Amino acid sequence: MSLLELKDVSMLYNGKVPALQHVNLSVEKGDWLAIMGPSGSGKTTLMNIIGCMDHATSGHVILDGVDISEVSNDGLTQLRRDKIGIVFQQFHLIPYLTAVENIMAAQYYHSMPDKKEALEALDRVGLADRADHLPSQLSGGEQQRVCIARALINYPVLILADEPTGNLDEKNQQLVMKIFHELHEEGHTILTVTHSAEVGAEAERRVIIEHGHMREAES
Amino acid sequence: MQMYRKYKMFFTMIFQALLRQKTRMFIALLAVAVGAAIISGMITVYREVPAQLGREFRAYGANVLVLPAGDSSTFDETSLTSVRNALSGEDVVGLAPFLYERLEVNKQPVITGGTDFAELKKVSPYWMVKGEYPAEGSKEILLGAEVAKKIAQDADKAIGQTVSVSAGEGTAIKQFTVSGVVSTGGKEEQFAFVDLHMLQEITGKAGAVGLAQLSIVADGDKLAAVEEKIGAADPAVQPQEVRQIARSEFSVLSKLQVLILLVTLIVLVLTLICVTTTMTAVVTERRKEIGLKKALGASNHNIVMEFLGEGCVLGALGGLLGSGLGYLFAQSVSMNVFSRGISFAPGIAILAIVLSILVTGIASLIPVRIATNVDPAIVLRGE
Repeated sequence: MSLLELKDVSMLYNGKVPALQHVNLSVEKGDWLAIMGPSGSGKTTLMNIIGCMDHATSGHVILDGVDISEVSNDGLTQLRRDKIGIVFQQFHLIPYLTAVENIMAAQYYHSMPDKKEALEALDRVGLADRADHLPSQLSGGEQQRVCIARALINYPVLILADEPTGNLDEKNQQLVMKIFHELHEEGHTILTVTHSAEVGAEAERRVIIEHGHMREAES
Repeated sequence: MQMYRKYKMFFTMIFQALLRQKTRMFIALLAVAVGAAIISGMITVYREVPAQLGREFRAYGANVLVLPAGDSSTFDETSLTSVRNALSGEDVVGLAPFLYERLEVNKQPVITGGTDFAELKKVSPYWMVKGEYPAEGSKEILLGAEVAKKIAQDADKAIGQTVSVSAGEGTAIKQFTVSGVVSTGGKEEQFAFVDLHMLQEITGKAGAVGLAQLSIVADGDKLAAVEEKIGAADPAVQPQEVRQIARSEFSVLSKLQVLILLVTLIVLVLTLICVTTTMTAVVTERRKEIGLKKALGASNHNIVMEFLGEGCVLGALGGLLGSGLGYLFAQSVSMNVFSRGISFAPGIAILAIVLSILVTGIASLIPVRIATNVDPAIVLRGE
């Protein structure tokens, strides 16, 4: 059984504006899939649905054996907490918490804060020495690496990355992509949403979404 | 240990959030502190006013009369000692015995009161005396202003004159020196006053007292309890409330207390509105952060607890600050209005802190409701 399966998923905003139309997608455990497409193509809508933040208007989304189309809002919260790690384009760290506290906040919502484990996660992304810095004291690349450490801390089955290098310079872009490669090699399932062909090319599989329709990219 | 880690993280998030938004939170803190200051100040004044104003009211004369029981027209002085003993724990301002007899002063009939002038000064501080009160046990007489006029035409000239005093025709005549003239605006101006024991000697009524005026700091129920104590102290006497004084005192105090309660309520509502507005602004500003927390898996319960926690910490800090300021406010009111200091009441401080926490808790409910409705997807939309 696939880790993630979308069956005939459509999304209409306000009951009439189509954002996704009859999307079918299957992601296996350990896959690294890039969802590519221009702005307004429906990438973010798809990300919201897969990230358990929104319900599709029709169709089925099955994540790790659970049909999330039939899950309540509280159930979606639990799925987000237990199964998904999200990396945001704009990092979205809690501004008044230090790097290590930001990671511990994710642990707090999931189960139990563990500083030692949070520090190990920071060490893994090369930021052990920046643990007590506030986000405002970190560079964009460092913030994104904290965001990746936070996404990994609760052992999610799926890592969702929304334009993970969109706000980074080339050097930091390479650093972040290196971490994604390591994660992929370790067997993590990664789903990257990007409009950049360069970032998309790093994934082992690519799909293109245009005007709400999805197709496999030519390799 | 695990729960400790969880609580530690909870409080870290709350305190860091409060510390980071210094300006916004300072306004909310100020609103709570001002509210708590006025509330604790008002409650202190509310509590102190009866005692403070009660003492002020004592300047207007006795509020209880001690009269002979049954048909007797006098009682023995020793009964007053029993009354004094029975009221030993009460805030007695003064207890002045009186014996009224018709004497002849310079051959003119004048109702003369014998009293203890030291006590009289305490019970009736409003008496305006030109000259001096008669000294204890002396042959001195205090004339009412009208009596003085009859004797010397000019009341002022009466002071220092010697007058002859007797109990009537055929009795011994004694010479008394006029020590002063009293004006009260009341019937006392038609009387003369001498030392009680002197009057008892002249009239041959040793130890007799016709009535005693009691001035005591007590209102309503407390006054009723005082009367009960007097009644039980000695069967020879019975108490009688000076109704117009006691009732008007009670009425003024009640109205003042209702006014203070109303002001306190209005301040509570204003604080509630101010804190609600501030907390709503805080929540609106932090929609993205709330969305992020939800995207990370925070439940509505987590979000509610965090904002309520922030509100309660704000309430506790504001209450702490406010109760201190409130004490200073009440102290200043008491010093300026009653010229008396008041002691710090920890109970009122605790009440102000608890009220502040409750008010900020309630004020946070609407913003918290808004917070739980934030859509986690906003963090991805980049709104």
